[in-house]
Amino acid sequence: TSEQIEHLHRRFKQLSQDQLTIRKENFDSIPDLEFNPIRGKIVHAFFDKRNLQQESDGLADEINFEDFLTIMSYFRPIEMNMDEEQLDRFRKNKLKFLFHMYDSDHDGKITLQEYRNVVEELLSGNPHLEKESARSIADGAMMEAASICVGQMGPDQVYEGITFEDFLKMWQGIDIETKMHVRFLNVDTIAHCY
Amino acid sequence: SVSSIVPESCLLIVVGLLVGGLIKGVGEKPPILKSDIFFLFLLPPIILDAGYFLPLRQFTENLGTILIFAVVGTLWNAFFLGGLMYAVCQLGGPGLNHIGLLANLLFGSIISAVDPVAVLAVFEEIHINELLHILVFGESLLNDAVTVVLYHLFEEFANFEQVTILDIILGFLSFFVVSLGGVLVGVIYGVIAAFTSRFTSHIRVIEPLFVFLYSYMAYLSAELFHLSGIMALIASGVVMRPYVEANISHKSHTTIKYFLKMWSSVSETLIFIFLGVSTVAGHHYWNWTFVISTLLFCLIARVLGVLVLTWFINKFRIVKLTPKDQFIIAYGGLRGAIAFSLGYLLDYKHFGMRDMFLTAIITVIFFTVFVQGMTIRPLVDLLAVKKKQETKRSINEEIHTQFLDHLLTGIEDICGHYGHHHWKDKLNRFNKKYVKKCLIAGERSKEPQLIAFYHKMEMKQAIELVESGGIGKIPSAVSTVSIQNINPKTLPVERILPALSKDKEEEIRKILRTNLQKTRQRLRSYNRHTLVADPYEEAWNQMLLRRQKARQLEQKMNNYLTVPAHRLDSPTLSRARIGSDPLAYDPKADSENLPIITIDPASPQSPESVDLMNEEPKGCSGLPPSPEEDEEGLVMRVKEPSSPGTDDVFTPGTGDSPSNQRMLRCLSDPGPRPEPEEGEPFIPKGQ
Repeated sequence: TSEQIEHLHRRFKQLSQDQLTIRKENFDSIPDLEFNPIRGKIVHAFFDKRNLQQESDGLADEINFEDFLTIMSYFRPIEMNMDEEQLDRFRKNKLKFLFHMYDSDHDGKITLQEYRNVVEELLSGNPHLEKESARSIADGAMMEAASICVGQMGPDQVYEGITFEDFLKMWQGIDIETKMHVRFLNVDTIAHCY
Repeated sequence: SVSSIVPESCLLIVVGLLVGGLIKGVGEKPPILKSDIFFLFLLPPIILDAGYFLPLRQFTENLGTILIFAVVGTLWNAFFLGGLMYAVCQLGGPGLNHIGLLANLLFGSIISAVDPVAVLAVFEEIHINELLHILVFGESLLNDAVTVVLYHLFEEFANFEQVTILDIILGFLSFFVVSLGGVLVGVIYGVIAAFTSRFTSHIRVIEPLFVFLYSYMAYLSAELFHLSGIMALIASGVVMRPYVEANISHKSHTTIKYFLKMWSSVSETLIFIFLGVSTVAGHHYWNWTFVISTLLFCLIARVLGVLVLTWFINKFRIVKLTPKDQFIIAYGGLRGAIAFSLGYLLDYKHFGMRDMFLTAIITVIFFTVFVQGMTIRPLVDLLAVKKKQETKRSINEEIHTQFLDHLLTGIEDICGHYGHHHWKDKLNRFNKKYVKKCLIAGERSKEPQLIAFYHKMEMKQAIELVESGGIGKIPSAVSTVSIQNINPKTLPVERILPALSKDKEEEIRKILRTNLQKTRQRLRSYNRHTLVADPYEEAWNQMLLRRQKARQLEQKMNNYLTVPAHRLDSPTLSRARIGSDPLAYDPKADSENLPIITIDPASPQSPESVDLMNEEPKGCSGLPPSPEEDEEGLVMRVKEPSSPGTDDVFTPGTGDSPSNQRMLRCLSDPGPRPEPEEGEPFIPKGQ
């Protein structure tokens, strides 16, 4: 809605300090984001060219308001009047966004190392943790994913990584279209930056 | 069969009717369900069971909806019904004329509350999807506050000559006091219980007692001050659960679970039977107009209420409630024993028409339980309502859900918008920083949720594997995906544990990971990558040695296996022991082709440390050894050493070569002794 766009625009101006584009450093000015363990990935996702629906790969250096809106559109709440096909596309879009966040080297698969990376980051809020635990969790999860996606594997096969189709399968139990959205209930409160 | 058509509650009521009829036939006076027995003894276990195992995530997600249904819906029902009944009474002729407005309103408030017992009894059997379940069930729990307030209010007003506006306003305020007060009482007791459980590491046996005791006290305290006892009970259960579960032993947890389920089952059964008996026993005053109109208006009020409220709520919900959902919610508004007991409490002096009220109440209860209860299952199938999905929570889901939570919080922060996620995240952080430190003993307070979840899962897997293993094949449910499949370059070298200071939990995890999830392992070309020519031969010697040892072990094992029976107290006890002991393993170098898991619970008291060896380098594929060495077997043995004092005794491995990692350990659970004190909590509290 136009109200929301206006609100976002205001926020954009705040973040960019009244310039036309935002760079990565601008995101550092948000105080609450510091506590977030995966904030690196989030910021990265904003600049990821695949998310900006550009053909190329890699990272953009700066984004303008249009791109900002594009990213935000991934978090649109579901609408009642969507039919099956639209719903499916909606869902795939959101999952693709997530997939890009996991897959940091842009090769189309989530390998074990990348998955480990994700789990480590998730647990990075606890300084007491050892790397071993994170790794074992990631290993376990990966094995589970492999068994879901490929079933029984012989000892010689190697599971390369989670492709997007496998990713879709894993998320089947969770209704992503209902969970992944941000609501704009109270448009007036804007958290301030430094 | 009968049970698939008739829900259990109906059958129980019929049994009660029969029993009551029998007693009456004999000439005795059948017992009636007295209200204090009901409220003091029969109701709390059910509510505590519901509150303790409340699926918190769905509950909080839908809290707004639930509250609106509970509060506004019940108010609407009460007033609508009371008003209409008053109209009916005025028009109903001489028999009903004398019933005043207040009496009718009181009647309305009694009968309009959806009953948690009845809802539980019926909904549990139909397995509808979680959203609907939590909506109806949550509503039935939370409307207790409304019912209590209205009931006491109208009861007092009936004594007054005049009802002033001030009284009404005070009544309105008292609603907040009752509900919030109840919750506050529950929270206080919950915190006290959590705090107590922090120190119970030496008296594991009475841990469950604290849970029950504190919850019951919360209930009683709330009821004492006319606050909402049900809300207190639920609040205390919800608050104490995460902390208590982190503190208490695994066995206590099981005990709590089973006791709660047992008590609530018994209570439920008794309630329904008593309901049947009381029907036969009570004095009835049947007035066609009153009863029929009550029934009719109940249904109408419910349907109207749900429709209007859903229309209003859907404006704020992301996941809208479809008409099918609305129908189920309306249809699921069952009345039950609470209404009956409240009616029973009415005083004869002020309410001469009590019998008539009771008759009407019982009729409505019977109707809802029998008719609605029986027909809801075919209706659910007919309307193709989504059913509950029996999915096990996987570690992947957990990771993803957490990831998503953080992601959404981050986005909200970027937008500068204080949304739900923001506050939830703040609450979590507060929880982690301050509360957990106080209420959870020791190191566990720092354990993040993901790790805790992973532990639980691994323990479960371990237990499953041990229990189902026995002698023979490993069940095919265990995935054959091994660590080699996902990461071919993983070398066993990585899994070496430095000797002493690692605690048990870490070891268990490692062992589980490396051993349980593999049924067969082939090491691929291990030698060629890592070993140079010389250690190659050493490996070969080692293998010979180990083969000899393995043969000896095999013989020993055969001995053990014939011994166990008469040593055990009972299979269940041994099972419990196995389940609670950290497992020790002894992978054999070259057993037969198939992995063998042998459980030997009654090993003679041998304080020997158990060898733990990793899989052998098998890359000796080029060597003369026979092909039967290709596979490796996995043998697990459970032993209980006698020495109670030996905790974590490590003896360094002999002959540590890169191809042969050993990990030696000793179990610490004291063996079968006269006082079976549980040595170690299943989830050790240290980290």
